Amino acid sequence: MSNTLFDKVWDKHVIEKIDDGPDVLFIDKHFIHEVTSPVAFVGLKDRGLKVMYPERTFATADHNTPTINQHLPIKDMLSAVQVKTLEKNCNEHGIEFWGLGHKKNGIVHVIGPENGITHPGLTIVCGDSHTSTHGAFGAIAFGIGTSEVEMVLACQSIMQQKPMKMRINVDGKLSANVTPKDVAIYIISKLSSSGATGYFVEYSGNVFNEMSMEGRMTVCNLSIEMGARGGMIAPDKKTFDYMKGREFAPKDKEWEKAVSYWSTLKSDEDALFDKEYHFKGEEIEPMITYGTNPGMAIPISKSIPKAKESDSKSSYKKALDYMDFNEGDKMIGKKIDYVFLGSCTNGRIEDFRTFASVIKGKRKSENIDAWLVPGSHKVLKSIKDEGIFDILTESGFKLREPGCSACLAMNDDKIPKGKYAVSTTNRNFEGRQGPGARTLLASPLVAAATAIKGEITDPREII
Amino acid sequence: MAYDKFKILSSSAVPVNIDNVDTDQIIPARFLKATERKGFGDNLFRDWRFNSDGSKIDSFPLNNKNYKGKILVAGKNFGCGSSREHAVWAIYDYGFRAVVSSFFADIFKNNCLNIGVLPVQVSDSFLLDIFSEIDNDPNSIFEVNLVDQVFQIKDSHKKEKFKISVYKKSNMSNGFDDIDYLLNKKEEISTFANKDRY
Ligand code: SF4
Repeated sequence: MSNTLFDKVWDKHVIEKIDDGPDVLFIDKHFIHEVTSPVAFVGLKDRGLKVMYPERTFATADHNTPTINQHLPIKDMLSAVQVKTLEKNCNEHGIEFWGLGHKKNGIVHVIGPENGITHPGLTIVCGDSHTSTHGAFGAIAFGIGTSEVEMVLACQSIMQQKPMKMRINVDGKLSANVTPKDVAIYIISKLSSSGATGYFVEYSGNVFNEMSMEGRMTVCNLSIEMGARGGMIAPDKKTFDYMKGREFAPKDKEWEKAVSYWSTLKSDEDALFDKEYHFKGEEIEPMITYGTNPGMAIPISKSIPKAKESDSKSSYKKALDYMDFNEGDKMIGKKIDYVFLGSCTNGRIEDFRTFASVIKGKRKSENIDAWLVPGSHKVLKSIKDEGIFDILTESGFKLREPGCSACLAMNDDKIPKGKYAVSTTNRNFEGRQGPGARTLLASPLVAAATAIKGEITDPREII
Repeated sequence: MAYDKFKILSSSAVPVNIDNVDTDQIIPARFLKATERKGFGDNLFRDWRFNSDGSKIDSFPLNNKNYKGKILVAGKNFGCGSSREHAVWAIYDYGFRAVVSSFFADIFKNNCLNIGVLPVQVSDSFLLDIFSEIDNDPNSIFEVNLVDQVFQIKDSHKKEKFKISVYKKSNMSNGFDDIDYLLNKKEEISTFANKDRY
């Protein structure tokens, strides 16, 4: 029988199939952070349980942490307690913990791949919906709730209904200055923010084949924004080259054996999907969102459309009211107050290289507050080693320390009420970047062009 | 964590007739700083319920005294966005035991089932009926019958069947959770863990 990539990985991890119920699925790797794990540890304690395989769980502090003066004690009492609690729980249970200042610390979905923890063919979970990022390596990776975090800690397994399968093909060539972020936002705008709910997505076609690993991570990261449980891309030579030599990647004989197994991880030619879409790379332009969910997006050169038949009129109006936009408004030229570069969507080294390539030799606009937040300490180090730090500084930009920062604004990095932010993150929900903040999602290129001009700018104009 | 058994629930309902309600609206990130599962109900729909000075926004249904009950009725694609279980804790802690919508986000739905809030998925047209029933009479009673898997508008006798897997249904009606099940499987799990899967 022919199988999809998803079937091959999923079926290999099923311990038991329950009739008219979920599968008992073995979990290979588990990431935890300070916000969604504490109650899970309380649960373990109440039941008198130990962590079953501590060596399969990795912990970082990222969601709630400051991005300046990380060497000082955390000022916000509640955040400080959360991070301390995580450290204590990890010590008690023998879990590897990369806290603030640790050289492997960073956003949970950035540090997994960069330390070689993320491998093809694994099942990976984390109490965070953007766990889908790790699918870029051909792993099944998805976000879970805190009760499930407790299950994985206690039993290294989870109970899940097998999702349906969707394949999204993007063939052809991307135009210059169209980035992986634009490809993902384009797809979400076509499918809507619930278009893939109930599905696990495989991305296929030469646009993804030609994409860097960082780009593939950006695409898989955003799968959740169309409702999908996760997204994955079949591993290839690029995947193996990226992984080779990283700390937690297999070594020597183990590596050879692993690569030969990983090479079998692709959908069979006649494998069946429950749903399939085809798009052309040539049709994709730099994208930007105008509303309050990631599906409300258009090519940057276009105007805000009228509500679609499928939209509820009142919800559509509510979104535009929140943004203080009108149907028919042009996006280009709108005044912007903040630019945010960072997050597990676009906080990797490639994103900083892209940003720097645009701003090099230019000056940051006076009316823009720019927050540049590397996804991890390793990214921060590369920014310095590659001379990007100097380019940023010369153009009037400052760099912060790693963390989730204004992606969810749990720390002090909040966009003020009513202000507009062009952000390389993943969610433009009401208040996501701070109460009353207005978020426009875009690529690092659009963010850079906007930071220079102080208004929404098509990167093709200034490159 | 074990929760109350769920069989049949009769109650009036609170309508939040908005589509695509994401979990950042249900509970904003800045209220996720607790290390225990307590008090989340106070911040349910925080920024829709309260102005920044803490005063109530009268037009929001949760602030309308006419609406009360243990059933929350919401527009389609409810619970999209973040995986934060805190969203369901807030709903539970506020006093809701069932959420009705014509479409739920996946992780949210799992989180509901894991802590004992029943997600009831109905058709788009039936959802409209429910909203207009509450519009006409905020005291209308609805019945969620998990045993027969039926949601009913009491007065009009309009009803619709809803789906739930046999396994989850038995969990909900007995107040069991998945860990209870998995703990009985530990031996199989460790055999599996030690297998060479390459
Ligand atoms: S960067 Fe944003 S989306 Fe990514 S893990 Fe942090 S909060 Fe979640």
